[in-house]
Amino acid sequence: MLSSKPRPLSRILAVTAVICLFLAGSAFNAAAEKVYKIGGIFAVTGPASFLGDPEKKSMEMAVEQINQNGGIDGHKLEAVIYDTEGDPSKAVMSVSKLINKDKVLAIIGPSRTPTTLAVIPMIQRAKLPLISCAAGNKIVEPMKPWVFKTAQSDILAVASIYQHMNKQGYKALGIITVGNAFGESGKEQLLAQAPEYGLQVVRSETFGGKDSDMTAQLTKIRKEAPDAIVCWGTNPGPAVVAKNLEQLDIEIPLYQSHGVASPKFIELAGNAAEDILLPTGKILVADLLPESDPQKEVLTEYINAYENHYNGSVSGFGGYAYDAMHLLAKALDGTGGDRDQIRQNIENIKGHVGVSGVFNFSKSDHNGLNPDAFVMVRIQNGTWELVK
Amino acid sequence: MTNRATWFRIAYTAMAGIVILTGILVSNAYHLQLLTFIGINTLLALGLNMLMGYAGQISLGHAAFYGIGAYTTAILTVHYGISPWMALPAAILIAMAVAYIVGVPTLKLSGYYLGMGTLGFGMIVHILFREWSSVTGGASGFIGIPPLELGPISFTSGRNYFYLVWALVLLSIIICQRIIDSRIGRGLRAIHDGEKAAKAVGVNTSALKLQVFVLSAALSALAGFLYAHLVYFISPGTFDFITSIRMVTMVVIGGMASIWGALLGASLLTLLPEWLHSFSEFEMVVYGLVLMTVMIFLPQGLTRGLMDLYERSKKSQT
Amino acid sequence: MQEILQYLFSGITSGAIYAVIAVGFSMLYNSTELINFAHGEFVMLGALSMVTLSGPLGLPLIPAFLVSVIGVACLGMLFERLAIRTVRHPNPIVLIIITVGASIFLKGVGMLVWGKNAHTIPPFTDHPPLDIAGAKLLFQSIWIVVIVLLMAAGLHLFYKKSLTGKAMEACAISQKAAWLVGIPSKFMTLLAFGLSTGMGAVAGVIIAPITMSSYDMGTMLGLKGFCAAMLGGLGSLWGSLIGGLLLGVLEALGVGLVSSGLKDAIAFLLLLFILYVRPGGIISSANVERF
Repeated sequence: MLSSKPRPLSRILAVTAVICLFLAGSAFNAAAEKVYKIGGIFAVTGPASFLGDPEKKSMEMAVEQINQNGGIDGHKLEAVIYDTEGDPSKAVMSVSKLINKDKVLAIIGPSRTPTTLAVIPMIQRAKLPLISCAAGNKIVEPMKPWVFKTAQSDILAVASIYQHMNKQGYKALGIITVGNAFGESGKEQLLAQAPEYGLQVVRSETFGGKDSDMTAQLTKIRKEAPDAIVCWGTNPGPAVVAKNLEQLDIEIPLYQSHGVASPKFIELAGNAAEDILLPTGKILVADLLPESDPQKEVLTEYINAYENHYNGSVSGFGGYAYDAMHLLAKALDGTGGDRDQIRQNIENIKGHVGVSGVFNFSKSDHNGLNPDAFVMVRIQNGTWELVK
Repeated sequence: MTNRATWFRIAYTAMAGIVILTGILVSNAYHLQLLTFIGINTLLALGLNMLMGYAGQISLGHAAFYGIGAYTTAILTVHYGISPWMALPAAILIAMAVAYIVGVPTLKLSGYYLGMGTLGFGMIVHILFREWSSVTGGASGFIGIPPLELGPISFTSGRNYFYLVWALVLLSIIICQRIIDSRIGRGLRAIHDGEKAAKAVGVNTSALKLQVFVLSAALSALAGFLYAHLVYFISPGTFDFITSIRMVTMVVIGGMASIWGALLGASLLTLLPEWLHSFSEFEMVVYGLVLMTVMIFLPQGLTRGLMDLYERSKKSQT
Repeated sequence: MQEILQYLFSGITSGAIYAVIAVGFSMLYNSTELINFAHGEFVMLGALSMVTLSGPLGLPLIPAFLVSVIGVACLGMLFERLAIRTVRHPNPIVLIIITVGASIFLKGVGMLVWGKNAHTIPPFTDHPPLDIAGAKLLFQSIWIVVIVLLMAAGLHLFYKKSLTGKAMEACAISQKAAWLVGIPSKFMTLLAFGLSTGMGAVAGVIIAPITMSSYDMGTMLGLKGFCAAMLGGLGSLWGSLIGGLLLGVLEALGVGLVSSGLKDAIAFLLLLFILYVRPGGIISSANVERF
C-alpha cells in the first residue's frame, strides 16, 4: 500500500495557512490619500526586456520629474510597477492586483501586443484608462473607449517604407519576418498595404527569434529577384539577416523595421549594417534635426535626463512610457481622480509634443500619431543619417 | 472502513468547507482571481501527479494538453459559434484522443527516453499552435473568447468563476481518489511495487499506464478550457516548455503520489511569484535553486514511490 | 541546383553548431549514463565568457579561449559536486529535474551578469565566406567542424590510450567491477562532468562568432543539440557529429524546399522518430553505448 505519508488533513491545513498568511499580508495597505497612484506593467525581464526595462525606467523618471514640479493639483504621483515577463497570464494577474489591491487610477503599459490584448477585457470591465506601449494596431482598432497607446503603429512604419520604395521606383519585394507577434503583425501590414502602393510581395519567409542562420530563407528570396528586401523583427534576428546577406553577396537593398531602431543593432550587425534603411522615431537622430523641428527640444531633454539618470543608452522604446506618463499627467489635471474624466481628457489632448511624435487624440483616434512620427534613416559609417 | 478512507473524508469535507467559506468571505477581486488561478493550476498538477506519482511516468510536455484544451474551446466557440458547454467535452475528448495516440508508442519508453519523448511531443504541439496561424491566430494569439454563461448565471464575476473552478477541482479530486481506490488503483500500486511481478499476476501494465496518461491529459484540457474562458485570450507562449516544467515542479514540490500534494504544489507555485515580485530580476535564480534544493534534499519523501518503481523495473529488465 | 548547394552549406553551418553541442551530451552519457539538461547553459556561459574576455577585457584569442573553457569546466565540476553527487538515490526523474533546475538557475545568473541584450564577437579569422560553385560557406563553420573532429579524435585517444580514460570507460561499463579493481568512480564522474561542460564551453566559444550570444541562447541550442545526439546515437562521438550535421542539413532543406515555419519542428519530429523506431540512433549497433 502506498505508505504512510503526512495525513491529508495536515496538508490542507498547511495550504490554508499559506493562503491565509498571504491574504493577511496583502491586507496591509498603506493609507495614502493625497497620492495619485499610477500603475505600470512592463516586460522588465524575459524576451521583451529590451522594451520593458527602459519603459519602466522612463516611467519612474517621468514621475520623479512631475513630482519635482509640484505634482498634479497638489497631489504627488506614485508609480506602482509590476513585471509581466512578457507573459499574458502574469499581465492579467498584475492588472488585477493594480486595480483591486493597489487601487490605481490608470495603468501604463504593457510592452507587448499579446499581453495588451490579454488585459483589455479586464480594463474595459473595470473602466480604467490604459495607455499601452505596444505596437500592434489591433490594440486601438477597433477602438475601445478605455484603451490608448503611445507606440507608433506598424501601419505607419510600413507606410514609411513603402513611400520610400515608391520614390526609388521599386516594384517587387521579398519579406522575411520573425515568428512572434511583432513579426506577424508586420507581415500582415506589409502584405495588406503592398497593393495600395503598387508593390508586389514575391516571397514571404519567416525565422525564429533565436535562429543563427537565415541563409536558406534568403536564398529562396534571392531566387525571385526582388528589387528590395524588408526584414521585420527585433534584435538579434535582423542583425543575423543583415550579416547573412553580406555573406551571401546579395546586393539587394535591405529595409529593416523600427524594431531595430537602436544602437544595439549597429553593434550586432557590424559592417553588414551599412546602407540599411529603416523608419524610426525621431529620437535616434535627435541631434541631426533642425532647430525648427517641433520635437527637438523634448527629445534633447529626454535624452539628457535619461542618460544622466541611468547609465544606459537611450532608445525609442523607453519614450513610449515617458510619453504615456506625461500624457496621463496632462489628463489628470483638474479631475480629482475621476477615471471617466481622465479618459475624456486624454481624448481631448491635441498637439502634445512627445518623444514618439506629436500626439493628437480624438474620440476615434486613440493612438494620436501620424506619419510624421517616423523618419526614414540610413545607416552610414556606423551611425544614422536622415534620408530625404 | 480503513483509516485512510476516514481521513480522506474528513480532509475532503474540510476542504469543501474552506472553499465555500472563502468564496463568501473574500471579496477582493484580485484575491479571488489568484485563488481561481490556484484552482486551475491544481487541476494541472492533479493530472500530472496521477501520472508521475502513481504510474511512475515522467512527462516534460504536458503543457501540450493544457493548450489543446484551451485552443479547442477557443476555435469551436469563436470560429464555429458553438456553445462553450458543448466545447468542453470536445476539448477533453480531443486531448484524450491525442494522449492515446501519442501514449501508445511513447509510454513504451522509459527513463530519460520517456522524458525526451514527451518533451519532443510538447515542443511539436507548441510549434503547431504558433505556426498554424489561420486557425490558432499564430504567435499574436487568439482574442475574443466568450465568457461562460449558464442560464441566468454569468461567470464573468470573480466569485462565480472561483466557485466554478473549485467545484470542478473538488469533483476531480473525488474522481482521482475513486480511481486510486479501485481496481485500476490497485493495479497501479502493484506496478509501483514491482512492474514485473505485477505483469506476472496478470496486471496489464501498459494499458494501465496509458489509461493514467489519458486521464492526466483530460484534466489538463479541463484546466485549459477554464483558463481560456477566464482570460478571454490565449497565446502559444502560455503553453510552452517552461509551462511544462512548471507543471512538473508543482508535482515534485508538492509531493508525488498525493492528491493533496498537488494542491500544495499548485498553491506554492502560484503564490511565490506574487510574493517575490519585487525581486523579479532574481526570479529565475531563486526558482532554479528551489528546484535543485528540493530535489536534492527532499526527494526521498517526495519521490520514494517513483524511485522504487524505477529501481525495480531496471533490475527486472536487465 | 545552386540553391540546393546553398541549403547544404547553410545546413553545414547550423549542423556544425549542433554537432559540437551534441558531443558534450554524448560524452557525458557515455561516461556516466546521465543526461545534463543544463548543458545548453554551459554552452551559453562559454560563449558569454568569451565575449567578455575578448571584448571589454581585451584578451587575445587563445588565452580568452582557455580561460573561458577552464572556468566553465570548473563550474561544471562544482555543479557535479554540489548538485549531483549529493543526491542519495539518483534516478532519471530526480536527475532530470535537478539538471532542469540548474539550467533555470544558470540562465538567471547569466541574465544578471550579462544583461538581457545579445552580444557578438568577430570570427576567428577574417576570411570571407568560401565560394563554391556560387554557394557560400562561412569560414567559421569550417573552424567548427575541424574543432569537433579534433575533440572527437582527442576523446577517442583519451579513452583508448590513457589510463584515466580507460578507467572512465570502465566505470561506465560497470561501476561495481571498476570499484573492485580500485577505480575511484566518484572522481571519474567529477572528471566526466568537467570534460563534458568544458566541451560545452568550447562549443560556446566557437559558435559565438556566428550566433548572437545572450543569456537565453542555451535553451533551444541545448534541446536541438540533444536531438542531434539522439539522431546520431547517444553516447557515440562520431554519431554526434553525423547527427548534428544531418539535423542541420535537414533543417535547411526543410526551410528551403518546404516552408520556413517548419524549421523547429524538424528537430523534434526527428527526435520522436528516432525514439520510436530506432532508439540507438543512426550509429545503432549492439554496442550502442560505447564508441
